[in-house]
Amino acid sequence: MGEQLPALIVATPLLFSFAIYLAGLWRRRLCYPLFLTSLALSAIFSLWLFFRVMIFGPISYPIGGWEPPWGIEYRVDHLSALIIASVATVALLVGLSFRGRVEGETEPSRWSQIYALFSLQLCGLLGMTVTGDVFNLYVLLEIASFSAYAIIAMGERGAEFFAFRYLIFGTIGACCYLLGVGHLYILTGSLNMADLSRLLPPLYPSRALLVGFALLVLGIGIKMAAFPLHTWLPDAYTEAPSSASAFLAPLSTKVASYVFLRILTGIFSPHFSLTSLGDAMGWVALAGAIFASLMALAQQRLRRVLCYLIVSEISFLLMGVASRTADGLRGAVLHLVNDMFMMGCLFTGACAILHQLGREELVALKGLCRKMPLTSAALLLGGLSIIGTPPLCGFFSKWYLVLGAIEARMWHIVIGLLVGSLLNTIVIFRILEKVYLGAGHQHGRLYWDGLPKGMVMGLVIFSLSLILLGVFASEIVAKAIDPWIPL
Amino acid sequence: MVRESLLPLFEVLLPLSGAMGILIFGERWRNLREATTIAASILTFLGALMMLEPVMEGINLRSEIFVALPGISFLLKVDMMGMVFLLLTSSLWVVISIYSIGHMRSLCEHAQTRFYLCFAMAIFGAVGVALSGNLLSLFVFYEILTVSTFPLVAHHEDEEAILAGRKYLAYLLGGASLAFFAILYGWESFGRMEFAPSGFIPLGSPKGVLLVLLLAFILGFGSKAALMPLHEWLPSAMVAPTPVSALLHAVAVVKAGVFTCLRVLLFVFGPEVLSSMGVSLGFGIFVAFTVIVANLLALREDHLKRRLAFSTINNLSVILLGGFLLSESGIRGAVLHIPFHGLMKITLFMCAGTIYVQTGKEYVSELDGIGHRMPLTMGAFALCALGLCGIPPICGFLSKWFLCLGALEVKQWVFLMVFLLSSFLDAAYFLPIVYRAFFCPGKDLGGIREAPPIMALPLVATAIGSVLLGIFPNLLFHFWDLAQGVAMLVMGGGM
Amino acid sequence: MFQQLLSHYNYWFYALMLVLGLYGMISKGNLVKKLVAMNIFQWAIIFFFLSIGAKRGGDIPILPEHGHMEVTARASEFVNPLPHVLMLTAIVVGVATTGIALALILRIYRRWGSLEEDEIIGRLKENG
Repeated sequence: MGEQLPALIVATPLLFSFAIYLAGLWRRRLCYPLFLTSLALSAIFSLWLFFRVMIFGPISYPIGGWEPPWGIEYRVDHLSALIIASVATVALLVGLSFRGRVEGETEPSRWSQIYALFSLQLCGLLGMTVTGDVFNLYVLLEIASFSAYAIIAMGERGAEFFAFRYLIFGTIGACCYLLGVGHLYILTGSLNMADLSRLLPPLYPSRALLVGFALLVLGIGIKMAAFPLHTWLPDAYTEAPSSASAFLAPLSTKVASYVFLRILTGIFSPHFSLTSLGDAMGWVALAGAIFASLMALAQQRLRRVLCYLIVSEISFLLMGVASRTADGLRGAVLHLVNDMFMMGCLFTGACAILHQLGREELVALKGLCRKMPLTSAALLLGGLSIIGTPPLCGFFSKWYLVLGAIEARMWHIVIGLLVGSLLNTIVIFRILEKVYLGAGHQHGRLYWDGLPKGMVMGLVIFSLSLILLGVFASEIVAKAIDPWIPL
Repeated sequence: MVRESLLPLFEVLLPLSGAMGILIFGERWRNLREATTIAASILTFLGALMMLEPVMEGINLRSEIFVALPGISFLLKVDMMGMVFLLLTSSLWVVISIYSIGHMRSLCEHAQTRFYLCFAMAIFGAVGVALSGNLLSLFVFYEILTVSTFPLVAHHEDEEAILAGRKYLAYLLGGASLAFFAILYGWESFGRMEFAPSGFIPLGSPKGVLLVLLLAFILGFGSKAALMPLHEWLPSAMVAPTPVSALLHAVAVVKAGVFTCLRVLLFVFGPEVLSSMGVSLGFGIFVAFTVIVANLLALREDHLKRRLAFSTINNLSVILLGGFLLSESGIRGAVLHIPFHGLMKITLFMCAGTIYVQTGKEYVSELDGIGHRMPLTMGAFALCALGLCGIPPICGFLSKWFLCLGALEVKQWVFLMVFLLSSFLDAAYFLPIVYRAFFCPGKDLGGIREAPPIMALPLVATAIGSVLLGIFPNLLFHFWDLAQGVAMLVMGGGM
Repeated sequence: MFQQLLSHYNYWFYALMLVLGLYGMISKGNLVKKLVAMNIFQWAIIFFFLSIGAKRGGDIPILPEHGHMEVTARASEFVNPLPHVLMLTAIVVGVATTGIALALILRIYRRWGSLEEDEIIGRLKENG
């Protein structure tokens, strides 16, 4: 069974998504248990795959027995194993925590649909991570996007409109990606990533190749909400049901960032891609980090603030890549993983707040720590980690990002990272101040914050994971990231 | 000599577990909560004493907790320098936690659990700073200290307190990110992290790099040591409850800042590298500026706690200046001044707090004749004020003596004058307070009584302590020997 | 030069469609028009892929007799089937996108009674 894992982690959520929908037609109560089983199985398979790759090295899996480069290859190396494990774990934790929320904010008739879509979303995300075929990646990217559009449209207050805008934007991104794939295919006649990376180097001077590269980067840049292509994100994720933003926000942009790294290093040679992107990427990311933090300062709703923080964190990641050093890339990958957990923690916290208070304006958070001490603690830990307070995990990724920039002697990136973090500090403390110091109405403390058991568990595990990821940062870097570093 | 030991780890964990206990007991079992605070503080103090003996014999206890990043472990190590700060923090925590119970209960303060929790976390940070064996662990604890003090500064939750808290965070986190950069740049350039006596930076490294590093370190960590022009947060932070001010000034926060600066100067750069850079005079003058200007500013402050705050800024820079002298006596004086100033300043703050609790008075001009009503409190105040001016036999005399000697050793007459002038100015703003309290006739002193024992006892104890340490500087804590050991170690004179 | 431009007329065609689609998506205020423009955009890419597989005088890529592998098929005689197969998938994806977009448009119309972007944004602002 161990050899089948790459296919299993994609097939399990896919099959379960049909099962959930069909079961929902018969008995509505079956949906959530099935959904949780799907997440749990994916998480188990993913962790199994992760440890297998850590011990035995990369795995190549030909789909349907067709040998690559003719057939579709699923390929799991150290990097993808790490991302798969984090994605599946975060998905499980979010899924564990948001039951009460989903059932609180959507009509019962939609439960089967939303759970099926979440499962499909996970299938797309995991598939994007394992696949070693550029066209297959496109299909999985679209699977993930479709489910996202549909889930977001289930929100209140005009979510359909923002979902439609996201759809237009997302389709442009996907089409750009597909066009880029077309360029690569014309030039090489291959769609397999490993094969492409072998065939492409002699073609590097070609202008058509450069156009293809630019199209790929542009397409994925939209999907990962890299500044200035981020405009769809805050609206879509804020108007979505809060459970959906908790599920989508930590994962989808991060997986797209993984694909971005894959394109830069797995299809093209890192040297080629990093020199073609050049200094511009560093400057754009720098501007993005500052801009996103400033925008976050201007927002009044918790999830909107967090959305802009996502954009700023993605810019940090890009700055790490732009430094063109091994340490910068280490920082980028570590930040990718950490950010999934940090955002998962914060968005689940937002979910809990909406569940309890029914609103998420920052003003409403006054004195939250008296009423919901647990949620407040999760926000505190998540926030401090985003700022990069040691010994939480955010500190260690920032360590590598800054170190990489120093090694490259790119002082503007060093300053950008430090100033961006300081601005984020203001953003975070603007929230924490309200939560902890705002002399709000004196509500009594609720038993376990008045949250469903699953949500309490999710919040606690998320908070602890931020500390654990910090403690095991060196292990992760040495065992999972270092074998992949292409520089 | 180095010995692997778990003692430093336990020592760090004690305040942390105290914090956990406080969180668990909470407001519902407030007596148990307070008992936890005191128990944790006493245990921490005893732990520090247990480690004193091996350290005095020249053995450094070391515990490597885990590998934080490839090539860098999370390292705790006790050496003489750290021991001085550890002893200061842990002993004064006992005093201040007894005092703060009295203070907080008499004023019926809100959110006391948060207060004690953050207090214990701040001590956790400070103890960690004292015991850190390399820059990474130092930075980790430094940040914990910064963040956990924020709720203490903003304790009153009114606009003024929150503004002060924001200012505090802005200065300290801004400084910290500069220091973060310096640590990484140092790691990138030299590949080393662990403190070594006389520094780990090799002689003959490129001057430009060294200068950038030194500037980033001193400005970064100096923000916590309230080095001008980064001192603004400290007087503003005086809105906090008095035990917090005492903690900020005397025990943990600013002392951690100045301790960290000395650590970097002596154990990262080392005297040789610093003197080869030829910038110590420049930096010295920069610091000396703070010494004098802080004292001048203190002269015109009427708010008692703010006046004390400027006095703290002055003394911190005095310590730093001692470090920049790069002479054996200078370092010895600087290291001695850390605990001695802490002891005296905490007494002064507790006196100010007691006056506030008993009379509600906050301004110097209101204190006429109060000495007759509160003889113990004002007596202690007078004693420590004299000590800070450098009058023997109070301990302040000893450290200032060595600082002046240090200036003489390197023939820096300017700095000798700075030290003397600063002491003179100390007298100029402290003695009027004492004079008003004892010799000016007061009005409306009717209802004023001496402080209750739970508040009076700690401040009398620290006042007597500062006299005793002035006469027997080796008493119990061996500060004298430790300071001498640090100076000799750093200057390469043996051990 | 001119000859070369002319010989790549398929690329010109798809580039024109692409730009047309992009223009429509950006400039049109009506959501259905936006959707149509998006479809044009997608189809441009599909045409692009189809045209690169085609060959002048190419045959359908099926070998007449199965099992005679020693009969070497000359690749230049056959149309490249792979892009066409890929586009089957892409068409499915495109149809799915259109389907979702139409469903969204329906719901938007039911809620706001309008399909003009400006009007909807105005209403959204009114509602806070």
